[in-house]
Amino acid sequence: MSKDQMLAAIRRGLKRGALPEDQAMALRARMAAHPRHLVPARSRVARPAQVALFIANVEKEFGSVARVASLAEVPAAVADYLSGQNLPTDFAMAPHPELTDAVPWSERPMLQIRVGRAQASDLVCVQHGYAAVAETGTLMLPAAPERPTTLNLLGDTAIVVLRASRVVGAFEEAWDLLRAERHDALTGGFMPRNVMLVTGPSRSADIESTLELGAHGPRRLHVVLVDDDPAALAAA
Amino acid sequence: MQSTSASFKANAHDALGDAGLQKALAFTRPAFPARRAAAVAALPEFERLRDIGRDIKNHTLANLDFYLESWAGNVERAGGRVHWCPTAADARAAILAICQQAGARTVTKGKSMISEEIGINDHLEAHGIEPVETDLGEYILQLRKEPPSHIIAPAFHLNREDWEESFRASHTDLPADRVFNERRDILTEARRKLREKFLAADVGITGANFLIAESGSSVIVTNEGNGDLTQTLPRVHIVLASIEKVVPTLEDATSLLRLLARSATGQDMSVYTTFSTGARRPGDLDGPEEYHVVLLDNGRSGMIGTEFQEMLRCIRCAACMNHCPVYFAVGGHSYGWVYPGPMGSVLTPALTGVDKAGHLPNASTFCGKCESVCPVKIPLPKLMRHWREREFERHLTPSAMRTNLGVWAWFARRPAMYRAVTRVAAWGLGLLGRKRGRFTSLPFAGGWTDGRDLPAPEGETFFARYAREQRAGRV
Ligand code: SF4
Repeated sequence: MSKDQMLAAIRRGLKRGALPEDQAMALRARMAAHPRHLVPARSRVARPAQVALFIANVEKEFGSVARVASLAEVPAAVADYLSGQNLPTDFAMAPHPELTDAVPWSERPMLQIRVGRAQASDLVCVQHGYAAVAETGTLMLPAAPERPTTLNLLGDTAIVVLRASRVVGAFEEAWDLLRAERHDALTGGFMPRNVMLVTGPSRSADIESTLELGAHGPRRLHVVLVDDDPAALAAA
Repeated sequence: MQSTSASFKANAHDALGDAGLQKALAFTRPAFPARRAAAVAALPEFERLRDIGRDIKNHTLANLDFYLESWAGNVERAGGRVHWCPTAADARAAILAICQQAGARTVTKGKSMISEEIGINDHLEAHGIEPVETDLGEYILQLRKEPPSHIIAPAFHLNREDWEESFRASHTDLPADRVFNERRDILTEARRKLREKFLAADVGITGANFLIAESGSSVIVTNEGNGDLTQTLPRVHIVLASIEKVVPTLEDATSLLRLLARSATGQDMSVYTTFSTGARRPGDLDGPEEYHVVLLDNGRSGMIGTEFQEMLRCIRCAACMNHCPVYFAVGGHSYGWVYPGPMGSVLTPALTGVDKAGHLPNASTFCGKCESVCPVKIPLPKLMRHWREREFERHLTPSAMRTNLGVWAWFARRPAMYRAVTRVAAWGLGLLGRKRGRFTSLPFAGGWTDGRDLPAPEGETFFARYAREQRAGRV
């Protein structure tokens, strides 16, 4: 079998047979413990500075951020952004209860919302942010029935609603959230089908090494950051 | 892909005379190193991360069989399938079989160097399946039927006029008198054209930057989002990965990701870093229904346990070529196969045979810049030197070089005679080159002077000068 053939070729190079059981156990223990390596110091700061670092990094990567005090203010923030950019007021939105049930969209009847996955014709998509990493201004968007992947990709404009309490310092902390909170019924593990780490809007420098935004994915990435974390506001 | 590495010298000669290429090279040459330097300066821990990256890869390679089996077990638990392919032909056959099973007519492709390595596009086309490259750079190269010239900026050798000309020739359904005022217009047309392809495709093929053993995930890193559309929209997702891509855990991958984008483009992170684990779950509204990984060896296991094992740490960031004076003189195509620059000079002979690519390790000034920027600390100059030795042992060096080296060796073993002869030569060359201080051509040394000038000696050898100064009591 080609699997055995390939493993045998590797073992020939390593000049040994299959690993003895005690060594295999040690490697399994390493995977189970998934030790952290060096975590850069830049994100190890107090909560307010961590959230500020996240915002600064999103903006450095050509995204934008609007900070609002509560979920109740999200419809106004979305409407203001869309009109400010001259964008249409209809959009596709993630079927996540935090968006569908907790946000009073009816206060802005101008907004026409289709709940579900994105279609190729959608110009604007509103996604639910699972977590974000201050270190690099990165959004973590794990796929789930209530968080379809197409919403990250198909629109010309991607809007992500994110709670400030979900902004962590480093990538390792975001993985810890996923490890602790998610359970995949199929594998018994924690990884969903797909986890996208998104840092800024889509871009390409393929034409004459010059940066252009909006290659295949969204050309605009806007984060509506909901300040639900009093600790993050302390010094603000 | 067919290799022309054996004719590196002729390729390089043509490249030096290619005005368009030289313009593009001159434009990018300072940009790549500057971007990396800025990103590295902003992360004080970068140097320590390089050691960590090297150690993670070494640990994984030392236990590669174990981690591949763990990874494959987890892929299968997530409902995916692993196709173990010892050779390029096996991988082509596996991909074709999956495509045929899916009744595929169109296949979209994310960027994958391995897909170039196994020549999958021609194979699919020969069986009536249309492959469509979706990375912008790869897309234009496909239209122009050209190979990539760089592993992360595949079409940077093309100028704007080349893009316009190819788009006009290929997108014949669009008005012939349309105007491309700026780069944005080129991008918009490509985006629109490729959207149609994404929506029509039955199968999507992506590469993999990493495989994660603990979860059975594959990871792609892109800036455009084309890889994500490729793996999200079609019914079947095929990942094409080689055996050395596996790492044990997400934490291991995270440390390597901190190195990758900074070394490649000078970004802290690329825009999209995506982890895929199996196919669509019950209740999911999108995502592929089938998830396959075609796992390729194609000569890599033969590097394990040899001095070239270190090359398998490579994370394909392209920093080595971005800092290479030879690469920026001759461009990527001269290297004649998929992998150019210093990493290609080491990898290509290992994968295609030293008889076909034995010249490549000579395409180095041994300045050492590549090793100093490599995020996983691969000693590229040392590995190139190993190939040179092997090539010489196998007597594959062109006879002129072997004769000259043989003559040199004879003299080198006779120091007095060596000094006498070099003294005369230095004096002679010094006399000849006194006017301009450099030679643009020299008999028997065309290989050197075709690409650059040789500074003329100042009329004296080091030994002669050392002896003179010693006599004068100055040393
Ligand atoms: S050899 Fe090192 S620098 Fe070159 S592409 Fe590979 S990882 Fe990057």
